[in-house]
Amino acid sequence: MSNIPAELKYAKSHEWVKDNGDGTFTVGITDHAQEALGDLVFVETPEVGDHFSAGDDFAVVESVKAASDVYAPISGEVTQANEALADAPETVNDSPYEDGWIAIIKADDASEVDALLDAEGYEASLED
Amino acid sequence: MPFIPHTETEIRSMLDTIGVNELEAIFDEIPDDLRCGQLEGVPEGLTEYEVTRLLHQRAAEDQALSCFAGAGAYDHHIPAAVWEITTRGEFYSAYTPYQAEASQGTLQLIYEYQSMMASLTGMDISNASLYDGASALAEAVLMAVRANRKSKSRKLLVAGTVNPTYRKVTNVIVHNQNISLDEVPFDNASGTTVTAALEAHAGEDYAALVIQQPNFFGSLEAVDEMTDWAHANGMLVVAVANPMTLAALKAPGQWGEKGADIACGEGQPLGVPMSSGGPYYGFMCCKQPLARQMPGRIVGRTVDLDGNPGFALTLQAREQHIRRSKATSNICTNQGLCVTASTIYMSLLGPEGLARVASASHKNMNALLAAIKDIDGVSVAHAGPSFHEALITLSKPAAVVIEQMANLGFLAGVSVSEDYPQYENALLVCTTETKNDADIAAYATALNTVLNGEAA
Amino acid sequence: MVDAVKMEKVIFEHSVSGRRATVQAPAVAADFSDLPSALLREDKPLLPETSELQVVRHYTRLSQKNFSIDTQFYPLGSCTMKYNPRACNTLAMLPNFLARHPLAPASHSQGFLACMHDLQEILQEVTGMKGVSLTPMAGAQGEFAGVAMIMAYHRQRGDMERNEIIVPDAAHGTNPATAVMCGCVVKEIPTGPDGDVDVEALKAVVGPNTAGIMLTNPSTVGVFERKIEEISKIVHEAGGLLYYDGANLNAILGKVRPGDMGFDVIHMNLHKTFSTPHGGGGPGSGAVGVSERLVPFMPMPHVLKEGDRYRYVTEADVPDSIGRLSGWAGNAGVNLRAYIYARLLGRDGMHRVAEFAALNANYLQARLSAAGFDLAYPDRRASHEFIVTLKRQAKDIGLTATDIAKRLLDKCFHAPTIYFPLLLTSCLLIETTENEAKEDLDAFVEAMIEILREAEADIEMIKGAPYTQPVRRLDDVKAARELDVVWPN
Repeated sequence: MSNIPAELKYAKSHEWVKDNGDGTFTVGITDHAQEALGDLVFVETPEVGDHFSAGDDFAVVESVKAASDVYAPISGEVTQANEALADAPETVNDSPYEDGWIAIIKADDASEVDALLDAEGYEASLED
Repeated sequence: MPFIPHTETEIRSMLDTIGVNELEAIFDEIPDDLRCGQLEGVPEGLTEYEVTRLLHQRAAEDQALSCFAGAGAYDHHIPAAVWEITTRGEFYSAYTPYQAEASQGTLQLIYEYQSMMASLTGMDISNASLYDGASALAEAVLMAVRANRKSKSRKLLVAGTVNPTYRKVTNVIVHNQNISLDEVPFDNASGTTVTAALEAHAGEDYAALVIQQPNFFGSLEAVDEMTDWAHANGMLVVAVANPMTLAALKAPGQWGEKGADIACGEGQPLGVPMSSGGPYYGFMCCKQPLARQMPGRIVGRTVDLDGNPGFALTLQAREQHIRRSKATSNICTNQGLCVTASTIYMSLLGPEGLARVASASHKNMNALLAAIKDIDGVSVAHAGPSFHEALITLSKPAAVVIEQMANLGFLAGVSVSEDYPQYENALLVCTTETKNDADIAAYATALNTVLNGEAA
Repeated sequence: MVDAVKMEKVIFEHSVSGRRATVQAPAVAADFSDLPSALLREDKPLLPETSELQVVRHYTRLSQKNFSIDTQFYPLGSCTMKYNPRACNTLAMLPNFLARHPLAPASHSQGFLACMHDLQEILQEVTGMKGVSLTPMAGAQGEFAGVAMIMAYHRQRGDMERNEIIVPDAAHGTNPATAVMCGCVVKEIPTGPDGDVDVEALKAVVGPNTAGIMLTNPSTVGVFERKIEEISKIVHEAGGLLYYDGANLNAILGKVRPGDMGFDVIHMNLHKTFSTPHGGGGPGSGAVGVSERLVPFMPMPHVLKEGDRYRYVTEADVPDSIGRLSGWAGNAGVNLRAYIYARLLGRDGMHRVAEFAALNANYLQARLSAAGFDLAYPDRRASHEFIVTLKRQAKDIGLTATDIAKRLLDKCFHAPTIYFPLLLTSCLLIETTENEAKEDLDAFVEAMIEILREAEADIEMIKGAPYTQPVRRLDDVKAARELDVVWPN
């Protein structure tokens, strides 16, 4: 069973969102997603300053045989991207919820987060 | 039956295994009204000796001309070993190295090729090749637009001295994606780009500047200044190079302060026959930060389960079979066989041999220009050094001269006035190491005869 | 494998400073003192410094590390690994053909141009199209030409809104990638459980924005698209055009013509159907054929016959052409090989291609099925290829497509195509071609049965395969994470 921290919010497309309490939100992919993708060899992070609407593809994670889009779980502007992933994509495999974060987004409308799944809801979505 | 081994008995037994009575029954899912007729437009089959006779007749109709034409296809000597080995069945009839363990020969060879090309161009990374020089420029343009994330214009600046056919092909391939090329005019007297023409675009938003060295006319551009100018104006630099000349000329990766970002061009001069224009191959190399934007295959060295070194395709997730509509390009193949030939060619020539080929080609051009410059009706168009091509203008239309010279056994050059109307009756001439003093003298005599109706 | 071959080093490890092969280069030392020194190179490029014998031995040894059609049965689905007749190579490499500069005047090129013209006519006839251009240099470029022609056609009619290309989910990845390169939006439609396109889904996506559909028939799942006439009608009535991906033309050569199925444009992979060499991944040739309405848009140049003389078209002849896709006229030498092959086959030989390719595929399908392998489409005829699915074996004993592929190498067979089409998990796409003899197909079946038995007895042993190749399974992850793509200078 994969790790699904209770304090985070989730998108059905396997992104997690952490409320930083200052209007910004940290985004990454879930333990389940990294497990399914296998050893990552590259992460394309978004540019700081880029703006995305919820559901836009805003990053790419690549394993040897697959490349998957990561979708912005909420609308907003990228204020930080995890540059360290460029040289160490395996961080996402090793630490999907901590060091393997992908970007920080300043939300256009923080209430969009409420529409995301909680840990229980995400876990249920994996069983579908 | 040509290339079909089946005997009647075998056909019978195979049909029994399938559970049908006749061959036609295998096609019973195809609607009857779609079945085609006799294909009367296809001639009857020939035996191998009949085809041999036909092709020998056809080849004999095309008398080989003493070649003084270049413009992107060059008449260099190809060592006998190159195609002897290249056409070994194990190279010739293998497929794309998807099963790495059974393709180590092809994979290792591509790795060696990548190493040689990256070094020749002064770049960090080479791909396994693209189709040809012209389409490689198109891919380089697409790559530059992807890679220069600060530029939003989808426009590039291209020197007017870049091969005009390359520019046409590039436009055909990129215009559907709303990418366009703006031409930088050049100085008619020198045949090179002048800084003032670039300055007119200072501060404008372009993804990249495209520079060809030696340029289409065989003249040498001030690549250091041009590269630095482009970088200072937020552009990437795409170099179009002739790899043979890189044994002598500064590698694109060393142009200016930071070097060009992408180098591409035609690989044909390195051991690939002129063969009516193909198959050739386009090479493409780039600096490390752009690696993931590069189209086409790339081979990497890694280890196997036992820790022994081996080779495999890598960075495949950029490619169409995985990324589909988001791939860097729709390209699947490289031009493997031509790359095989080139790798063997470069190994045989080595750094010294390739430099000698470049030097002899260049010296022959100096000799040719000296031999023809005083002929009535010939002017050398550009001041300044030429590498192994040069533009001359004539007192008669170039097409007429080419036709008459062909009757005397020479391919005189390439007519370029259609692309460059500022030069009347212009002929682009070329020499390689294969020409000797007698060939050059004979060419001069023939040209004088054609232009002036007399022997020199 | 001989150890000397297995252990062959990288060419740079054979290099010794100052050594060289001499007779291939000019005898005079290089001298560029008349050129501006600022433009000259200072460092020595990393090219090997080796003798001729060392080079010949090295690359001969490398060749021996390869599987090839000339040495092994190569049942690679969707790739049509036919025998490449030696005559095609020998004759295409006649000195006058090799020495012809692409811009040699037509007056001195009649022999070559006649071959190209004949080939255009032959391809036109076997595909049922109205015009052929040989210039695209590979299948993907043929696709590009095809979609670009479709777009040019719509735009010339003032139909500016059509920008959607419909692609079945089973299609080759090049189809959607090509559509995007042509500035189009991709609309994917599903494949039904019987392998045919889902016609209802098609009806739902066509409309005033439909530029066209890209179809492979027989499709990538190895079956003939039976509803092709209905599909053609739906797309044409919506104002779109039909593009035929000729990847599987071998399955129908001489039996059905894309032109008769209603296609407006097709590309042919001459390196598949017309047996030009795959060359370790190219060069290919992706000739395109078009229906009447697309003739004006064909990529240039193609060969015209005027009286008994041949010449390439110029811009003035074809003002509506989508233009040039290559520096000259495509992969001329490849096209020459295809022409020679076509002349050796002749009319009757063309008919036999599909017949015997299909006979071999259906025979192999029947035998593998009887041997206990599951077919993806058990109720369908194979085209020239078919799919074995390993879902059951993967679940029961953990045997995957990769495992079979790697173990087959130990048994001297090249692997089938694996993990394609993407919509099927763990599958083998097997294509035999008409050239393989019955006993070779039988031997392949025996090898497959043996692997199944071995896997049931010792799956770990299979997971370690191959054991007989120059290397064992390679670390792809390391290759991508620690990029080593050039030898250190």
